[in-house]
Amino acid sequence: MSQQTYRLAVGGHIDRTRPLSFDFNGKRYGGYVGDTLASALLANGVHLVGRSYKYHRPRGVLSAGSEEPNALVQHGTGGATDPNFRATQVELYDELVAASQNCWPSVSFDLGAVNSLFSRVLPAGFYYKTFMWPKAFWKYYEYVIRRAAGLGRAPDAPDPAYYDNMHVHCEVLVVGGGVTGLAAALSAARADARVILADEQCEFGGGLLGAGEQIDGMSTDEWVAQAVAELASMKQVTLLPRSTVIGYFDHNFLTIAERIQDHLGPMGTPDKARQRLWKVRAKQVVLATGAHERPMVFKNNDRPGIMLASAAQTYVNRFAVKPGNNVVFFTNNDSAYGAALTLAEAGIKVAAVLDVRAQPTGRLATKVRDRGIEILGRHAIAAAMGKKRVSAVEVMMLNESADRLIGTARKIACDLVCMSAGWSPAVHLFSQSRGKLKYDANRSCFVPGDSVQAERSAGAANGTFSLAACIVEGHEAGLAAATDAGYNKNASVPKAPVRQEIEEAPVDPLWLVPAKAGEHTNKHFVDFQNDVTAADVVLAAREGYRSVEHLKRYTTMGMGTDQGKTSNVNALAIFGQVLGSDIPDVGTTTFRPPYTPVTFGVLVGRDVGELADPVRRTPMHQWHESKGAKFEDVGQWRRPWYYPLPGESMQDAVNRECLATRKAIGILDASTLGKIDIRGPHAAEFLDRIYTNGWKKLAIGRCRYGVMCGEDGMVFDDGVTARLGENHYWMTTTTGNAARVLAWLEEWLQTEWPELKVYCNSMTEHWATASVAGPLARKLVAKLTSDIDFDPDNFPFMSCREGAVAGIPARVFRISFTGELSFEINVRSSCGRALWNTLMTVGEQYGITPFGTEAMHVLRAEKGFIIAGQETDGTVTPIDLGLEPMVSKRKDFIGKRSLSRPDTQREDRKQLVGLLPVDAREVLPEGSQIVEKVDDKPPVPMIGHVTSSYYSAYLERSIALALIKRGRSRHGETVQVPLEDKVVPAKISAPQFYDPEGVRING
Amino acid sequence: MAKDYLRQSALAHLHLAALGVDDPDGAGVVLCERPFRGQLSLRGNSADHEFVEGVQGVLGVGAPLDPNTVNVAGNITVLWLGPNEWLIVTPDGQETELVERISDALAGQHFAVSDVSDSRAIIGLTGIHARDVLMKGCSLDLHPRAFNAGSCAQSSLARCHVLLHQINEIPTYDIYVHRSFSDYAWRWLEDAAREYGFAIINQSAIDVVTQRSTRKESPVSA
Repeated sequence: MSQQTYRLAVGGHIDRTRPLSFDFNGKRYGGYVGDTLASALLANGVHLVGRSYKYHRPRGVLSAGSEEPNALVQHGTGGATDPNFRATQVELYDELVAASQNCWPSVSFDLGAVNSLFSRVLPAGFYYKTFMWPKAFWKYYEYVIRRAAGLGRAPDAPDPAYYDNMHVHCEVLVVGGGVTGLAAALSAARADARVILADEQCEFGGGLLGAGEQIDGMSTDEWVAQAVAELASMKQVTLLPRSTVIGYFDHNFLTIAERIQDHLGPMGTPDKARQRLWKVRAKQVVLATGAHERPMVFKNNDRPGIMLASAAQTYVNRFAVKPGNNVVFFTNNDSAYGAALTLAEAGIKVAAVLDVRAQPTGRLATKVRDRGIEILGRHAIAAAMGKKRVSAVEVMMLNESADRLIGTARKIACDLVCMSAGWSPAVHLFSQSRGKLKYDANRSCFVPGDSVQAERSAGAANGTFSLAACIVEGHEAGLAAATDAGYNKNASVPKAPVRQEIEEAPVDPLWLVPAKAGEHTNKHFVDFQNDVTAADVVLAAREGYRSVEHLKRYTTMGMGTDQGKTSNVNALAIFGQVLGSDIPDVGTTTFRPPYTPVTFGVLVGRDVGELADPVRRTPMHQWHESKGAKFEDVGQWRRPWYYPLPGESMQDAVNRECLATRKAIGILDASTLGKIDIRGPHAAEFLDRIYTNGWKKLAIGRCRYGVMCGEDGMVFDDGVTARLGENHYWMTTTTGNAARVLAWLEEWLQTEWPELKVYCNSMTEHWATASVAGPLARKLVAKLTSDIDFDPDNFPFMSCREGAVAGIPARVFRISFTGELSFEINVRSSCGRALWNTLMTVGEQYGITPFGTEAMHVLRAEKGFIIAGQETDGTVTPIDLGLEPMVSKRKDFIGKRSLSRPDTQREDRKQLVGLLPVDAREVLPEGSQIVEKVDDKPPVPMIGHVTSSYYSAYLERSIALALIKRGRSRHGETVQVPLEDKVVPAKISAPQFYDPEGVRING
Repeated sequence: MAKDYLRQSALAHLHLAALGVDDPDGAGVVLCERPFRGQLSLRGNSADHEFVEGVQGVLGVGAPLDPNTVNVAGNITVLWLGPNEWLIVTPDGQETELVERISDALAGQHFAVSDVSDSRAIIGLTGIHARDVLMKGCSLDLHPRAFNAGSCAQSSLARCHVLLHQINEIPTYDIYVHRSFSDYAWRWLEDAAREYGFAIINQSAIDVVTQRSTRKESPVSA
């Protein structure tokens, strides 16, 4: 195992008593609890961790946080592998396995790096320009390009982990657990507001974790520990470490991805989710998301060993790791001097500090100078040397206007370059909340402008970079948020902390180190992850792109998984320079969720497997299961489709079920039909307006079939409604439309006709329904009932009775969807199974046969009964279906006016007909197109389509229902149905194939 | 009224009685089915004194007029579902007679009362992590500052519609779920409860179980 030769002997937040080993690119390394994968690799002297996306250039660790564009690794193995994990955020655990991405055969020797040689001919927009022609070839190009594109590997096995969601409400959500966020959370919680504090790191403290400063006479570590302890002791506070706020949506709804077990690796507990998505509804939000340090844009600034100054400081202070032995700093602001001091104190040789500013005068700069470290004012790195690790830098002077390198180059040897081009507040969530950014020229950064939602930014996220000011701003923001949320019990902001203020000199932006005379900026990397160079940005401007959004899409700048956290501001500043525009006029691209990439698993949560969608079960469901029924999904209901006996095919079973119903008795579970109880003095008037036909004359105890239309006059639903009492009706709907119909009724009652005294209640779930149909149906129900007179004269077709069936109080409807004598028996759901059992047992002597939805479809099609949603598709009127007698001329109803539109009165509308294939064995596929005759070449005008089609065992032939133009006047004519491999002639008929006189149904 | 042996509760197929314990002993979440209660849907105009008094006269308790509240008197519970809609819960077997009494008392008025006893299954949920389980699937604010014993609300739990009624501060809830969705709801609850350790309790024991643990009053209790 490799030794941790770059580990400092003391310090850091690592636990030296708990050593860990891990595997990177097949090699074993050691680290400690408290390390990230990045810090452990650096402790082992490993800087080369990946290859870049386009040119496959060697890349190292740039940052110490979630902004990392380079150090992306494939984490884990098998089904539990994840691509694009940032090594800077992966907490080390024992036996962690990770590998570099985008390289083959190895990160050290990568064949794809050949792209780098052609970088001059692979500029921005290369793909768009090259693969446009010939157009037909795109499908071949795409195959190759898709294989070359993308970072990392998707797992090829199911994810063994599970994920869940949690909804939570709070008064104040504080995003970011650095000094500002801690102060905000404290103030809000002290005012008794419910507070959630979320931070993406494993411990709170944010930037303080890497800073060696003092607050109120305490070390920063002590200050953080005290704040966290106080928050943890308050019952109204929820602390969420390892939790990234990934999205800020409307109405202060935010989502947080919590990594509950990622740091435990595969050793986590199986009873807990690996990750959890928190769905937060916050009254107020405090954004204390900190800031990202910007890299300098110079030649070969992407070499391993070149990192952000603050990151180097974090590796030393938090992880006790020396990122190098000999460092050159390159900065345009004072913060890097603090880092230089930290590194120097850790025993790292600081070869020089290059400053863009002519005379760095800040207090920290003075301290650095006092240590005898060379500071070179108005100097820049002209180029970095070394390939897989920086070995030296070439240093040159900048001219007065900083647009040219002058003088002679000086070479300084080093194995580490720390750069700082200033700080960009992490305004991503603010921007997602639709807040507008404004540019602060003094601080050279975009800061939050006016808020749109109930949020406020504080601390570095607000462009406030001094520690003391952050604390004050945090407290103020927390208290203001609590107050705005209605919580402020005489709370006050604590006085400003005692801390020696550090005088800082202002930042002097240098967005791009000019190329040396005769060179280009095509190795000056702006976006590390997507390999966008300054030359690419310049090219885009030269080619006429003016919008920053177009720049983004043309160059792919900011489109990597890091969303350009380190690159955006540099890119648009360079763009602005070329266009001669000010930065605020260039603007920024849009920030979108998620803030950092998340697993699909955490978004899906528990909506997987058997919990993916509810299965609605009828009270008789288990009986169907026990009889081996095959099921069909109808909406969320799972209905028996058919009941195959051993050795039977589906067609065999359906044939048997149909014949049994026609010749003896069949039984169907009809519990899924929608049932709506309608009451009130205006119930009949209400039905009159809803249905196309009239209801006022329906006698108590009688039933009527009704069709309802939308405002457009198109059939929406149908069903039988019974009159149970003077002001009491019972409406049935199709299974799939039950909820929609009730909502439809309520909408009209509540918004259009509030004067109608009507109450509608869903009764679907209270009643179980067994429908017995067939010539022997009466014998069976009569045998089980003593208090209902089943004599056909006393209980005619389309009427209903109440009584006890099999000892169970029941409502019995004599209605039929099969064309047979039929009774629908409704009992309360808890008795549904008992009713069914009795019907089956007693019905055995009559040959009772359960039938499923398929046989039901066949039986009703033989009879020409429509199914809403099958014969109708939202473009079919009742008249098209041949239901003209049911469309009242005397009263108004929803859709009536639409039926007099010219279009609904067209003579060539499609009308419902029967269709009999000339070959009686040929069952047409449903949805088949119908034509007059098949022409040699298109277009062949379509005159209709098949809506239902079955083999009818009773008729011993195939039957179909179809919608055909002018169909009603064409009975007897032959049309053609072109299929994939043949053309089937079929004869148009009336849409009733069985008992058109209704002898059986009325029998 | 059908004989008891002819009846089956919504979750009968899960054989919960065979799995139930009397003492959930340390389980963070306790579940049971509460089968067979009378449930009536009541619709009427709450601004009409005659209606309000008529209902009060029969039930001995008024229908709650404040949104999402519950009135309880003796063995009758009335849950607010909407400005003109309530659910009346009674002991099993009293529903038919109660429908008749309410109908008689309100005769001549515009109202609707229906026996919907078998429309909804009722799942009892209690334990120190009961609220956390609901939070996994329900977007309402169920924190004691917003939702207490005596509160009720209609919402979604995961992918099904539910009526939640908080019974006490443990907290204990009655979850009313449409019968056809109850199998899904139960499976979802078991899954959500897994991390807290859960037990199925005998329906007769849930009312006597009292959890002595006090909860942190934080937005969550992880």
